[in-house]
Amino acid sequence: MTQQFYVSPEQLMKDRADFARKGIARGRSVVVISCEEGIALVAENPSPSLHKIGEIYDKIAFAAVGKYNEFESLRQAGVRYADVRGYSYDREDVTARGLASVYAQSLGAVFTAEQKPFEVELAVVEVGGNSADDHLYRLTFDGSIADEKRFIVMGGQADKVAETVEGGWQRELNFAGAIRLAMKGLVTDKEAGELPASALEVAVLDRASESTRGSRRAFRRLDDDEIAALLSEEN
Amino acid sequence: MQDTTANQVAANATSSFTEHLQRNRPGLLPFNQPLPAVSAGAASQPLQVPHATTIVSLTYGGGVLMAGDRRATMGNIIASRHIEKVFPADRYSVLGIAGTAGIAIDLTRLFQVELEHYEKIEGTLLSLEGKANRLGAMIRGNLPMAMQGLAVVPLFAGFDLPAGTGRLFSYDVTGGRYEEQEHHAVGSGSMFARGALKKLWRPGLTEAEAVAVAVEALYDAADDDSATGGPDPVRQLWPVVYTVGRTGARRIPEHDLAAVAGTIIEARTAARREA
Repeated sequence: MTQQFYVSPEQLMKDRADFARKGIARGRSVVVISCEEGIALVAENPSPSLHKIGEIYDKIAFAAVGKYNEFESLRQAGVRYADVRGYSYDREDVTARGLASVYAQSLGAVFTAEQKPFEVELAVVEVGGNSADDHLYRLTFDGSIADEKRFIVMGGQADKVAETVEGGWQRELNFAGAIRLAMKGLVTDKEAGELPASALEVAVLDRASESTRGSRRAFRRLDDDEIAALLSEEN
Repeated sequence: MQDTTANQVAANATSSFTEHLQRNRPGLLPFNQPLPAVSAGAASQPLQVPHATTIVSLTYGGGVLMAGDRRATMGNIIASRHIEKVFPADRYSVLGIAGTAGIAIDLTRLFQVELEHYEKIEGTLLSLEGKANRLGAMIRGNLPMAMQGLAVVPLFAGFDLPAGTGRLFSYDVTGGRYEEQEHHAVGSGSMFARGALKKLWRPGLTEAEAVAVAVEALYDAADDDSATGGPDPVRQLWPVVYTVGRTGARRIPEHDLAAVAGTIIEARTAARREA
């Protein structure tokens, strides 16, 4: 009979957390910035089809770093949760807070009960009528939830990137400014001064989607040409 | 197939909102609810619930148009003068509903979520044929209710982006899907509307002409069918009209419709004829 070694709960949790942290730091960063025009979500992602950023509901978007299969299943679960809720109550009853707390619970349950924790970090963001009403939630692998202001940086060299973004952030930024700032953050650990548009995945939650596009769905993914145009725009 | 984890994951992967509800929250579906058995006496008297009436749809040069009157009836009573029976299903398609209003409106909501859900999960739009087939499956799901007199008959129209044309589809209560050419109408006043469309429709209509044709067809339907409401200048109620073209679905604004309906009423008043 094999002997079960005693491992203290502290050690067990620490090992699991270290394991998850390592997985997350291996990837590339994602930056979410709340600005004047809405919320910009920018990821360094060379694949045009395997997204790190997704639409959840009318005003709610999702961004993730870590293992693709794990955050993709969380994204799909989030879309299902939001659609069921909106269908059974009303569209305006779907909130980022509700979704974030469901994510926190499932991440927490996986962290303690499963063989291995999810190696992911998520951002669930909701755009409001003005930038003070924006909600940015950060969810980590152990189910912790944090209510952030202004911006979120996750994955890769998150500390370095966050420093740059922190330095350049202003409330009056438009989308072009926010995306340029995000890119400035993303290249901090790189030799090259900038990334080509094809290496970026960018989406926005448009604060004024109802008046400008006539759509209650605020989420819009930008294609390479639009990204290139925004990046080259002068401030 | 072996019941392995991989198989389970594959079996649970669905992009369909309806399928997800069927599995996890069947109570939320507008159909699939066991109705009490109807005795022979009760069956001869249909349930008194609001019914939505006439919908017309026609193609024009830049796409396809759908229009519906504003009346719902319950037996001989007008249940609503304000009901809207034409809805955008997504950016490039619209649907109109005739039949039991309560179920039809819920079915529309379900269909709208179904299309948006697919788009969000898959990251791409469903093809127009795919949308038409999903709607057919939902109507078939409602068949048990239809057998008890709670039928829903939709009309579906959309812009086929790859083909670059507007297309329209009609359905029967069993979910049968039929692609229609040029124009079509459903609901109690559809016979009269179809007669009018045959005379008024011609190939290559402009959007403005198509709106006028649709409003006039509904006017003719309202003339002969008591369950269809005509334009109401007293309450300023006009039909609901949507057009779908390459740039997406667009609702025709009220003041345009007021002008179109006004022109038709004027022309008919001036003619002083029995229609």
